[in-house]
Amino acid sequence: MYYLWVFLIGGFICMLGQVLIIYTNITSARILVTFVIIGVLLQAFGIFDPISEFARAGINVPIIGFGASLAKGAISGAQSKGLLGAFTGGLEATAGGIAAAIFFAFVFSLIFKSKTKS
Amino acid sequence: MDKIMEEKKRNEAYAKYVQAKIPKTKAWPSLFNSFLVGGIICCIGQGINDLILLWFPNMAEQSAWAYTLIVLIFIASFLTGIGVYDKIGKFAGGGSIVPITGFSNSITSPALEFKHEGVIYGICVKMFTIAGPVIVVGVVASFLVGVVYLFI
Repeated sequence: MYYLWVFLIGGFICMLGQVLIIYTNITSARILVTFVIIGVLLQAFGIFDPISEFARAGINVPIIGFGASLAKGAISGAQSKGLLGAFTGGLEATAGGIAAAIFFAFVFSLIFKSKTKS
Repeated sequence: MDKIMEEKKRNEAYAKYVQAKIPKTKAWPSLFNSFLVGGIICCIGQGINDLILLWFPNMAEQSAWAYTLIVLIFIASFLTGIGVYDKIGKFAGGGSIVPITGFSNSITSPALEFKHEGVIYGICVKMFTIAGPVIVVGVVASFLVGVVYLFI
């Protein structure tokens, strides 16, 4: 039954992005940046985890989750390793996603041809 | 003086022309579409996460999420490669940009488009046209948060 929450919350967050597109003609880079900052702030104020408890993928799959895990890594790094942890923690926590995105983008862009040019 | 006024008038007329030419997205249907597609993508993510935890019950929750995101990134990157994701994007708008699949799409899409400029200056450089700012802002903001947490 929690899929309903996942759908509603995930859909709502994505709809907020569409609201930004309609009323501000914002570019997709700005949307992604905005939502990453929202995620960092939610994690910084400790609001993210309680939402994630029942929203699950609804808030982890939107790019807000990416920002939140950046901040979570930096916070736990800072608490365990001090200043060095604040530097390393964020990327450590998100390295999997970033590396996967870069790797697959590289491989698939070698394999496939651009469809827009044809 | 007249020349400046004339130029100003021309620019204003051009701005009006551009405003008229920008395709207007109908608000309500596009909001509904983005809600629908965004919700579905999140549900697919939840499904992948549940399957991973079903097959590997001992996996830590955080690793399971990391795998989930990697699978979603793989799917989105592949769909971008075969040209399907752009079609979803036209229909869904924000619904296809905000999820992590949109992040993956924003890396694969320019890499694919600028492939003809070569592997280094095409694929490797253009890959980060959208993802670069996202990573920079994310790292800077999260570092600042980490530093704040050093003192409290």
